[in-house]
Amino acid sequence: MSSSADSGELQQIADRVIAQARAGEQVEAFVSRDSETDIRVYEGQVEHFVSAQSEGIGIRVIRDGRTGFAYAGTLDPAAIAEVLADARDNVEFGTHDEWAGLAEPDGVDVVEQELWNDALAEYATDRKIELAQQLERLTLGVDPRVRVDDSNYADVAVESAVATTTGIRRSGRENGCYVSISTLADDGDETQTGFGFSVGRSPDQFDLAKAAQEAADRATRLLGATKPASKRVTVVLDPYVTAMFLGVISSTLNGEAVAKGRSLFKDRLGDAVANPLITLVDDPTNTLAYTATDLDGEGLAARRNVLIDGGVLQQFVHNTYSARRVGGRSTGNAVRGGFKGTPGVGCLALHLQPGTRDQAALVADVADGVLVQSVQGLHSGVNPISGDFSVGASGLVITNGVVGAPIREFTIASTLQRMLLDVVEVGGDVDWLPMRAAGVSLVIRDITMSGA
Amino acid sequence: MVLGRLPCVIEQDVLERVLAAAVRTGADFAEVYAEDKRSTSVALDDGRVEQVTSGRDRGAGIRVIKGDTTGFAHTADLSEAGLRAAAEAAAAAASQGGGGARTIALTRGPARMINPISQFPDDVRKADKVAVLQRMDEAARSAGGSIVQVSAGYGDSSKHMLVANTDGVFVTDRQVRTLVRITAVADGDTGMQTGYQSAGHTMGFELFDRVDVEDLARDAARIALTKLNARPAPSGALPVVIKQGSGGVLFHEACGHGLEADLVAKGGSVYRGKQDQLVASPLVTLVDDGTMTGEWGALAYDDEGHASQYNVLIQDGVLTDYMWDYLRARNEGRPQSGNGRRQSYQHLPMVRMTNTYVLNGTDEPDDIIRATGYGVYVAKLGGGSVNTATGDFVFGMTEAYLIENGEITEPLREGNLIGNGPQVLDDIDMLGNDFAMGNPGTCGKDGQGVPVGDGQPTLRVKSMTIGGTAA
Repeated sequence: MSSSADSGELQQIADRVIAQARAGEQVEAFVSRDSETDIRVYEGQVEHFVSAQSEGIGIRVIRDGRTGFAYAGTLDPAAIAEVLADARDNVEFGTHDEWAGLAEPDGVDVVEQELWNDALAEYATDRKIELAQQLERLTLGVDPRVRVDDSNYADVAVESAVATTTGIRRSGRENGCYVSISTLADDGDETQTGFGFSVGRSPDQFDLAKAAQEAADRATRLLGATKPASKRVTVVLDPYVTAMFLGVISSTLNGEAVAKGRSLFKDRLGDAVANPLITLVDDPTNTLAYTATDLDGEGLAARRNVLIDGGVLQQFVHNTYSARRVGGRSTGNAVRGGFKGTPGVGCLALHLQPGTRDQAALVADVADGVLVQSVQGLHSGVNPISGDFSVGASGLVITNGVVGAPIREFTIASTLQRMLLDVVEVGGDVDWLPMRAAGVSLVIRDITMSGA
Repeated sequence: MVLGRLPCVIEQDVLERVLAAAVRTGADFAEVYAEDKRSTSVALDDGRVEQVTSGRDRGAGIRVIKGDTTGFAHTADLSEAGLRAAAEAAAAAASQGGGGARTIALTRGPARMINPISQFPDDVRKADKVAVLQRMDEAARSAGGSIVQVSAGYGDSSKHMLVANTDGVFVTDRQVRTLVRITAVADGDTGMQTGYQSAGHTMGFELFDRVDVEDLARDAARIALTKLNARPAPSGALPVVIKQGSGGVLFHEACGHGLEADLVAKGGSVYRGKQDQLVASPLVTLVDDGTMTGEWGALAYDDEGHASQYNVLIQDGVLTDYMWDYLRARNEGRPQSGNGRRQSYQHLPMVRMTNTYVLNGTDEPDDIIRATGYGVYVAKLGGGSVNTATGDFVFGMTEAYLIENGEITEPLREGNLIGNGPQVLDDIDMLGNDFAMGNPGTCGKDGQGVPVGDGQPTLRVKSMTIGGTAA
């Protein structure tokens, strides 16, 4: 969401809904409209072209500490009336909760962001197709062993508005685009896969050559990979893998999980929970972050929060509800997935305070280890409540500081608690990936590798 | 149950005119998929009913194919003008060339009753839906003092769907699904552990005549409590016995995705060109069955209007056929198999599984455990994922035990197992006679989630890599 001050059509719709609040009711209306283009190219031809618009409204009603919610994928006035009636009806079935309540303006200033680009909004359709075709050609040109599965261009534009009877009133718009490519590389009977991407607020920010090179490299570097023997090793996580790892860590710092006793760090504020090298910051006001934003999902100012400082746990992230439960204030970390749900809690734009050395220097210090280039199964083998961590992986063997043969079909395992303490070094190679966390190379010791 | 004509989201004459407009610029094929869905969900957490949510999703997706190019647009405006605008957008996306007028005549397909419904969600009081979760919460909490937290969810949806295309296909269906799930957290000296259970069927509120939700909740609590005493899982390759009804996801990942014709066509599957070849242990017969009444992936018609089918994918270890949607079947000049599915009217259909399962073998389940000297018994699997081009896949074990000297002994902490599809299928060396379907699943592919079912009898894989930390 962006906090442009104009009162557009969506803001008026939200305003009209909350104007119907009855005595004793808190009402929130969230309205959004988005349009997207999705183009897939295969062997130079357009395989599919999707042009889509959608819109909808979600209405939350709170009365006597009970919450009801309803949504509809339309802005038809009759449907909106039905949504408000459904949300009111649903209030009757909620349990009284003394902490239930909508956000209120908290006086924290919004850090303005440039989230809308007119150049993208006006970009010609045939140029979008050409970008996907160009990426496919560039990728095929990198290495003769590489085939392309699909090459894609996509863009999305979102307008939204929120209004509450507690004084929140925000609207704005945001757009962005990306290209991506899936690759296959063959060597005899063996096939490996890769991918590459580039993102931007407008297509002129794409680096197609880099995306092509990465897509080819990812697919070819695993050709001939073998399954390693099981042993304990030091791992160097590629920036992309670190970003995924930080995503898991962030769910242990979720204030709602803490309030409900479901975080493994629930009683650890002020404790050293990580190696002193670790300073973890959630900063959506940093314009370099892909998920940089000015507002959180409840319409409060997005802000910088230091979660772990020099290894010491400083704070959790909260939305209005979870903050009230622990007697605090929202940290501006409400996360809303669209009009179909109410805001949850989450980190918005995480990064690790970087070190100074590049990946090659980090690798040079590892006697016996693995450069982990991809992981699989974060959703199935990692439990952020117990801390158990086990994922499938592939990468390159490191022997006496030198990167060697590719390996695959193994797992790396530890616990989240141990991994944070076992960090050896944070690289200086920050990569602002299109994820909720920035990537950086990360060295962690004493990881169990399971293979043959 | 009355097998009458279902109400139509869009009238037939409107559909015919919209389809004609969609192919006016010379496209080969056009299709309208429309849905009108109402859903209810309830979230109970921390002892409170946090929220009841009512949802309404209504709209149409229009697909136009010209040559090898598919154009797609969707709209929430189901008026003739709204549909025509979407049809023109899809046609423009599919082609730049000229064309000619075609007249479209639709013949309504027969109503197919794969999933008879006795209690539609709209006819059930919200209070009764909420009460289901309150019973589950109470049952889980009373399972032991170490249960410190419970969250539970209820969800139902009732969807009228319609598919019409320029080949004259015109079908309607009403799809009703109901699901409950619960997560219990136990806290002990070694930290917290979780237990999860769920039940979901393509049916209405009668689900709860069939599923004892208190038992389900107690089972989630039992899993969490058991794991408080769990030791780290082994690290390395061991025999793995997978309990009936818990490991269908293994086949879903190890070979199911690799048998989807869209992946095969582009050479992105290890099973390409393997038809009529031995791809699994001769013990294995694998079926994808959209007609399995009441199961989570069951449907009368797929999302392209093709009647669901019982498809044998692997017979006695030999690959018999892939799964097909309209586009891939058309390209190969062969029939569809009822596997064209989509998440909603906002999505393009592609090849997807329905209910995928392995038929019974002949071994007694107890004999399989007894025959295993040292290994891992997986009683409940979590999710998984696969790289179809390499066949490498992972899946999580959320309830597992050590097998020592032919007996199930100590509980193990969670972790992933990793294997290679063709290798694991070949390594299945014992297959039980106790077939059961597993938990309802949501299969993700290319950003779309669809409900799928899976099942298998107890079986053994002679060697798989366990991703634990114990030497």
